[in-house]
Amino acid sequence: MRELRFNLLLLFIAFNVLFSPALSDLVIHKLDRRIDLSSQIVRTTTFLKVENNGIDTVSDILLPFPDHRAKNLAYLMATISEGKGKTKVSSGSLPVRLVNPEGMPPALSWYAISLPKELGTGESISLDVKAVFTHVLRPFPEKITQADIQLLAFQDGAYYLSPYIVKVQTLTVKLPEPKVESYTKLENTKFSGSEIKYGPYEKVPSFSYAPIVVHFVNNKPFTVAQELVREIEISHWGNVQVTENYNIYHAGAQIIGEFSRLDYQARPHVRGSSAFKNLVAKLPPRAHSIYYRDEIGNISTSTIWGDSAKTLLEIEPRYPIFGGWRTSFTIGYGLPLQDFLFQSQGKRFLNISFGCPMDEVVIENLIVKVVLPEGSKDISVSVPFPVNQSKETKISHLDMVGRPVIVLEKTNAVPEHNQYFQVYYKFNSLSLLREPLMLIFGFFFFFVACIVYMHADLTISKSSASYMAKLQWDEVQTAIQQFQNIMNRCMAVHDKIEASLRDLSRTGDVQACKAARKAADSLLKDLSKELKPLLSFLQSSPQAVQILSKVEELVAKEKELQEKLMLKHSTVVDCYEKKFGGRETENRVASVQQKIALLRQEVDDLFEIIDEI
Amino acid sequence: MVAKTEKSAVDLLKSPGMTSLFKSLKLKTKQQELLIRVTILFLVYVLAFITRLFSVLRYESMIHEFDPYFNYRVTQFLTQKGFYEFWNWFDSESWYPLGRIVGGTLFPGLMVTAYLIYRTLQFLRFAIHIREVCVLTAPFFASNTTLVAYFFGKELWDSGAGLVAAVLIAICPGYISRSVAGSYDNEGVAIFALLLTFYLFVKAVNTGSLAFALASAFGYFYMVSAWGGYVFIINLIPLYVMVLLITGRYSMRLYVAYNCTYILGMLLAMQIRFVGFQHVQSGEHMAAMGVFFLMQVFYFLDWVKHLLNDPKLFHTFLRITVTCAVGLGAIALGVGTASGYISPWTGRFYSLLDPTYAKDHIPIIASVSEHQPTAWSSFMFDFHILLFLFPAGLYFCFKRLSDATIFIVMYGLTSMYFAGVMVRLILVATPAVCLISAIAVSATIKNLTQLVRAKSKASHSASGKGTISSKASSKGSLDQSLPFQRNGAIALLLGAFFLLSRYAIHCTWVTSEAYSSPSIVLAARGAHGNRVIFDDYREAYFWLRQNTPPDAKVMSWWDYGYQITAMGNRTVIVDNNTWNNTHIATVGRAMSSYEDEAYDIMRSLDVDYVLVVFGGVTGYSSDDINKFLWMVRIGGGVFPVIKEPDYLVNGEYRVDKGAAPKMLNCLMYKLSYYRFGEVTTEYGKPPGYDRARGVEIGNKDIKLEYLEEAFTTSNWIVRIYKVKPPNNRW
Repeated sequence: MRELRFNLLLLFIAFNVLFSPALSDLVIHKLDRRIDLSSQIVRTTTFLKVENNGIDTVSDILLPFPDHRAKNLAYLMATISEGKGKTKVSSGSLPVRLVNPEGMPPALSWYAISLPKELGTGESISLDVKAVFTHVLRPFPEKITQADIQLLAFQDGAYYLSPYIVKVQTLTVKLPEPKVESYTKLENTKFSGSEIKYGPYEKVPSFSYAPIVVHFVNNKPFTVAQELVREIEISHWGNVQVTENYNIYHAGAQIIGEFSRLDYQARPHVRGSSAFKNLVAKLPPRAHSIYYRDEIGNISTSTIWGDSAKTLLEIEPRYPIFGGWRTSFTIGYGLPLQDFLFQSQGKRFLNISFGCPMDEVVIENLIVKVVLPEGSKDISVSVPFPVNQSKETKISHLDMVGRPVIVLEKTNAVPEHNQYFQVYYKFNSLSLLREPLMLIFGFFFFFVACIVYMHADLTISKSSASYMAKLQWDEVQTAIQQFQNIMNRCMAVHDKIEASLRDLSRTGDVQACKAARKAADSLLKDLSKELKPLLSFLQSSPQAVQILSKVEELVAKEKELQEKLMLKHSTVVDCYEKKFGGRETENRVASVQQKIALLRQEVDDLFEIIDEI
Repeated sequence: MVAKTEKSAVDLLKSPGMTSLFKSLKLKTKQQELLIRVTILFLVYVLAFITRLFSVLRYESMIHEFDPYFNYRVTQFLTQKGFYEFWNWFDSESWYPLGRIVGGTLFPGLMVTAYLIYRTLQFLRFAIHIREVCVLTAPFFASNTTLVAYFFGKELWDSGAGLVAAVLIAICPGYISRSVAGSYDNEGVAIFALLLTFYLFVKAVNTGSLAFALASAFGYFYMVSAWGGYVFIINLIPLYVMVLLITGRYSMRLYVAYNCTYILGMLLAMQIRFVGFQHVQSGEHMAAMGVFFLMQVFYFLDWVKHLLNDPKLFHTFLRITVTCAVGLGAIALGVGTASGYISPWTGRFYSLLDPTYAKDHIPIIASVSEHQPTAWSSFMFDFHILLFLFPAGLYFCFKRLSDATIFIVMYGLTSMYFAGVMVRLILVATPAVCLISAIAVSATIKNLTQLVRAKSKASHSASGKGTISSKASSKGSLDQSLPFQRNGAIALLLGAFFLLSRYAIHCTWVTSEAYSSPSIVLAARGAHGNRVIFDDYREAYFWLRQNTPPDAKVMSWWDYGYQITAMGNRTVIVDNNTWNNTHIATVGRAMSSYEDEAYDIMRSLDVDYVLVVFGGVTGYSSDDINKFLWMVRIGGGVFPVIKEPDYLVNGEYRVDKGAAPKMLNCLMYKLSYYRFGEVTTEYGKPPGYDRARGVEIGNKDIKLEYLEEAFTTSNWIVRIYKVKPPNNRW
């Protein structure tokens, strides 16, 4: 740090020696500078009132930053400030560009603010310039133990570094806590509350430099994401899936010595004040399916609550993050499509925020990937600040050619970059059906293949013995199937006869009963005719040997059963015609009936046996 | 017309009777049976898969336990680097400073399977992470096992038994314990391979088909590539063949099946580098070779018998040949063993045959809880009613003895013995127990339903008669020989149904309560009945992964080695592949020495961090203090400076004030209890009260000189210490 200060001093001397003449005839009338050190991100807001004292009109106002500071400049915005105090109304931001004016001192980076209209002689304009720096605060000492508080050093100039003459200027440095180890005391320095005030200083020449150093207490987390990859995947089925991969470290003072869990648990705010335990992500409303995990699995310490305006996700890393410790994790969530996808002029566009949803996180390398649905065309992107853009493809579920991915890269991103950006593309809604159709056809062809396989004969040698045997066996099986069919029909006829007898006992209609008998007789005759060729086939087939005996037995039993049944039928009808009483009939039939029951059982058993074969 | 409609109405009234309904169903019985069978199988397939997903629902899609982490890490390597890199992988992250030749010291079957599934899914454009594939590999193979069990049961008995076997094995806790989602271990696929090999072999023996013998050889190859338990196959099959030969069941079918399976299986198995030439060089595989030669002798004798046609002459010939063959075999074995060509049986093999062997000779095997002899309760826990059905099934098998049932009987009996020797081998017994029980269930139920059905027909015809006369009902009982037979059968059926449903309930309960915990994440019930999760292991491993130098060496007891390399991504000194006893003993010695002696050992091993597991705060009992005696024993087995009695007081292991002085000052004690004396763990107990052991610790004022606390997890379960660099001499 001392070295740095020495360098700055050299620089300052060099400025004054070489470049004392002012750049142009612009004069800054009034300048209020506020430096906010309350978090790890240093935000300076500068109010300038510029007047053109020269003859030429001026269209640009130059803002120089020392190179070592400029490389940490994350965000720069200038607006015209109208009105004063609380009634201040700021219009849209002015375009700022990096310029390289000639004849300027070295080791400075220049930014030019383009004024909306040129500044004529004697005219003046008020500007608000907001600059945001990261990695500017240095922990001092650089290594602390678990119990120590974190001290930071900040250095800057008491005077505003400007190529113009500044008439009146003040500087306010805001600290997070009203505790300060030391600060540079110049004339007109005041320390009150948590603010240090320098100035007002009057008539400061251009490129003046008076170094100041503030050494103060700051236990705010120094959450720095070395890399954050946000993947935003659009599904036209109604979901925007956001996946964020964080690689985070604590950029504050590094911890040395022991980490004692006992001390940390007993007094977490004293012994571990510089560590951070949790992070809060502010997600859009209606976020769902939120998860929080890392390479080795789910992390169970997270809570979520939300209302109609936002969803808050509080996540705790697996362990408290002390200075120099790192962790990495992934959070993911789904968002309803209609909140983020819109249509204009025949194109769809996604409108979603760019940065990280967590507060006060510095992202060294932010990569935003927008995965569009397969088949998107005419893709264009509009981002409110410069980013690196490239394209790739991602192959996801059921993709043929892959989904187009827009990759946007931004280094040194701060919460100020959390602005909406748009991705325009064309997409035909019919393409939505492609993937379901693919699945449907896939399964369809699978089943068709199964059916074909079941029915196709894939035997190589059609004349081999086993193949012939198989064919014969198939024939036998069909024959037996037919045989069973016929037998079943026979049994059905038997049932009919029985039914007709029952009818008789109920109605006493002898004629109907006889008619039923006749019909049954002819049916049975037909069936036995059908049975003949089948039986002869089975007898001739060598494959049917084991089954034949059962078949024949069944046929014989069936015949017997048939006979008995007929006998019973004729007896009952006879009894009716002779008007015997119920008991008489019963007695006559009883012996037959018993035999019928026995036969029936045997037939059923045979059926089963044949079935099993 | 009127009469006709009336008749049909009566028909309609009568038709819902049992027989006619049965008949109408019977018309297409074949197709319907097929449909029912396929539906049941499909449901069982799905059931076997989803019942194993409890762990994913309860916890998350993660890898469980210890060994699966190594498998997972290897699979990741395989998917990233490809097969050749994997085959030649020298892993410098384990067994520092020795390293491990991974490709040559593992069974690659599981990893290659997962890799192939992953690539297939990628090809079909299902973009899923390799972790999901690994997590679901075991349930997927369990589902496939149910199919094999069905076919095996069908081959052994009938398709009914096959279906029952499929259902039983789908939910049997003995199998589920090793195949829940996330249990990405060799056993997950190996049981499938084991059963498949057995099924194909039995099929080959039954049919004499060369195709099935060939398939069986490939099944054996897959088994060899997947799990060291293949030794069971290569010894059971010869034993089975031997029994068949002795019982006079030698046949050409057997000859074809065994020769083809053995020769091809052996040649294929030699392609696995970890197995290499063991099939011809190791004592454990000699039985198979002996039986192979015996088969040739049998065949030869058969041929001679056929030629001679003279029983007397043949008997003399038989005597001479058998004596010569046995003598030659014995000499060959003796010469082979003496010359060192045939390696003797390994300790692991002995410890399987003799339950007391490991305890006396190999403490490293005995120290693992899953290698302990099985308690009765765990048999009951893992088999439930199958334990009672098993003997019944054996009875049925003996009643209908065939080549196939002899096989299943032998498989059941031998595997039951091994299951009694080691807890983890319950797994191997499970398929056999399920199959034999399925035979019992299926045969019983079939008999009972036949009884019920027969009687129902009789009674139906009796009631049909009742329409003619109201008195006939009393006659119905005449033709029933046993009056309570039908009711008895129904009662027994209900009993069987009750038992089987109890079994299903028990299995589901065991799966959800006992076998679905990943053991990395511990869950407990909080004071208000809410679930408290202790995720300390991953907290520590992730801390190691993120906040230590990439080349840091971590010393811990070997149990945590695989997890540290897989999740912490750091080099370990020893891990769960306990191939080098001396190295493990060195770590054991360091843990049981005084801090300054341990420091020298740790310096010599370049140790940067020491990790211990400590359950004193949470009451987690499987921590390092409880494992410490094994460290002492294993350390003392190699380094006699470490003596077990130094750590005991009157043969008792204690950590409180009465503990041995060496115990109170050894490294493990110091690291576990460092600053624990200041902690109040339980209300009403003094500070330093160890909840895992229920005592107040003996040494509360622990100062560390050479190490410093680097990290302790939120529930103190894992504590990591940094080894300080040596002091400057100036």
